[in-house]
Amino acid sequence: MSKRITIDPITRIEGHLRIDVEVDNGKVTKAWSSGQMWRGVELILLGRDPRDAWAITQRICGVCTTVHAITSVRAVENALGLEVPVNAQFIRNMIASAHALHDHIVHFYHLSALDFVDVVSALKADPEATSKLAESLSDWPMNSKHMMAQTKEKLATFVGSGQLGPFANGYWGHPAMKLTPEVNLLAVAHYLQALEAQRHASKIVTILGSKSPHIQNLAVGGVANPIATDSQSVLTVERLLAVKEHIDALSEFTRKVYLPDVAAIGAFYADWTKYGKGITNYISSPEFPTDSKGTQFMVPGGHIPDADLAQYKPFTAFGDQYLRDGVEESVKHAWYTYSKPGALHPYQGETTPHYTDFQDDGKYSWLKAPTFYGKRAQVGPLANVLCGLAAGHQPTATYATQMLNTVSTLLGSKVGPEILHSTIGRHAARAIRSGVMAEVLAQNWSMLIENIGKGDHTTFNKPVFPKGEVMGFGMHEAPRGLLSHWTVIKDGKIANYQCVVPSTWNAGPRDENDEIGPYEASLMDNPIADPEQPLEVLRTVHSFDPCLACAVHVHDDEQREIVQVKAL
Amino acid sequence: MIDCRPGLGRQFLPREASMRLVVLGVGNILMSDEGIGVHAVTALMDGYDLPDCVEIIDGGTSGMDCLDRIAEADLLLIADCMRSPGKQPGDITRLADDQINAWFKTKISPHQVGLSDVLAACCFHGISPKKVVLIGVQPASFDTSMELTPAIAAVLPRVIDDLLAELAAFGITATAKAA
Repeated sequence: MSKRITIDPITRIEGHLRIDVEVDNGKVTKAWSSGQMWRGVELILLGRDPRDAWAITQRICGVCTTVHAITSVRAVENALGLEVPVNAQFIRNMIASAHALHDHIVHFYHLSALDFVDVVSALKADPEATSKLAESLSDWPMNSKHMMAQTKEKLATFVGSGQLGPFANGYWGHPAMKLTPEVNLLAVAHYLQALEAQRHASKIVTILGSKSPHIQNLAVGGVANPIATDSQSVLTVERLLAVKEHIDALSEFTRKVYLPDVAAIGAFYADWTKYGKGITNYISSPEFPTDSKGTQFMVPGGHIPDADLAQYKPFTAFGDQYLRDGVEESVKHAWYTYSKPGALHPYQGETTPHYTDFQDDGKYSWLKAPTFYGKRAQVGPLANVLCGLAAGHQPTATYATQMLNTVSTLLGSKVGPEILHSTIGRHAARAIRSGVMAEVLAQNWSMLIENIGKGDHTTFNKPVFPKGEVMGFGMHEAPRGLLSHWTVIKDGKIANYQCVVPSTWNAGPRDENDEIGPYEASLMDNPIADPEQPLEVLRTVHSFDPCLACAVHVHDDEQREIVQVKAL
Repeated sequence: MIDCRPGLGRQFLPREASMRLVVLGVGNILMSDEGIGVHAVTALMDGYDLPDCVEIIDGGTSGMDCLDRIAEADLLLIADCMRSPGKQPGDITRLADDQINAWFKTKISPHQVGLSDVLAACCFHGISPKKVVLIGVQPASFDTSMELTPAIAAVLPRVIDDLLAELAAFGITATAKAA
């Protein structure tokens, strides 16, 4: 007898995701992923000045503001064949890598760790044992017995008050919770310390981007602010030195807390390396250009078919032809209509809404279903890390080895990179990528200082819009994966604009051939201990870092609210 | 009761010497009336000279990014779109302190999640703002557009007056900029 579970988040930030699963004999047998909000930004952009598009697109989402801004200017620059001064590349690279660290840390500690961490159980922990465990994993100075006792006390006050605040509506005591009280307490302590760490990332974005959460220091052709050594209103050396302090603090947290925590929690949930694999056709953008043309990158990206690293094919430059020609979007199962049959390339993309209600076998999502050469593809840190491993990228290999070695030690048996194709593997990949991001951030800082030292203060090349039609696309490896903006510009005005966002790749509905998407595929065969509390579904969906920092309601067939879950 | 007094988490954030008031506009300006909070604080910034102790933030739909500036503020004044049953488009609702916690539980605003997470995190950390006031406007439409609907645009001056009145209660005088 199968049971249908609907999980319908109520947030309005980009995505607004609903997941339906059918459960039979304790396992997921069918899944639907549905975007519940229409994103009509493409229509707002029509007829506007392409130089304004980035400021508008960064309003699409409250979590991913800067990534849309950066991708948008890259799209227009690609259409114009406009080069970007290296200083501007370095500044953008620092904003992007700091943003990625912010996103990854907040996602793990504040939005998804509670799927694995039983906060209430931490009250039973022995602070001394917790401290010992933590100190065996790293030499982070804030793992002392005193710190753990203080955390436990704070938590007791919170739980005792009956108002759990951020921890309300968790699945405390759920049979799928496996951590010891000590590991739970360690996670709570680091939850608090991660709040502090994310501030450093936020500061870096604010200083370099001039403003946050919506950055201002950006322009088609570079960045808006000049570099000078003597003015308060621009990027000064003094401000850059302040940035360096934040970089160092962020980097230390990433290496000494985030990476070991993911290894430790992952080792307790080794079962979850067997679930959540889903689509193993991966694509990822190369990132952090170090030349003005965008042909040399600090982190590789490309295509890995069928989880086979030997078949890796890189994307080599902005405007890469192999990427450009491979992308199509289908609306067969999405609430849109096209003026012609079949899937469409984003340059020809259309945004005509056609809502039908939720149809299991028909249309059921506001997300389109993108394909790469006709096949579904998974994007995200896992895709990026796998590309790094395939390309022999040293920093990726270093942090991946470190992660897998720690997990192997804790498990007492050797594990390899094959475990990464899983629910828990996506968390591991995100932490591995964070190690890489911390290095990228510091290196861009050094490269910027060095280049300024040579007397190069250029940050902007003026764009010139030709008569007639040009088209281009921008790509960016955002925290959630490959993001691309596609634009057609006619006589200096936007004639078409399409955003193919990471959540569209991963959360898109069935495609032109009725093939399921990455979220849907990853949910198949997941165990469900208690259909009233589908924690397992949340674990797998959250491992993708979906844009749903939100509370969700679980409904039964009659749409009666049966459980309210805080699915952070 | 949870002890949310400011200062308990002082080891994490430096305490400001003087009074600090934060006006936070939240909303998505791509969805017409959803962006009322952002439009209101933008108009406040453009139209008035305010002393340095008042910080105006266009928060968009973000959450954690604002933690730093919200933490330990003497006043957090939020402007937002707010759906409440029985209200007419353009109706303005004022909530303060405890009412806001209740408001978060009933989930009226589209953004309360990101924002409530930030306030909850502040609370657990012991760095809550001392006073929180929310000025909410009942929307007429969430259609894709960068303009407010006429009904909501018409109440914008009243929303700004309400925000100024809250600041005045803290002794802040705003001077209208010369047109």
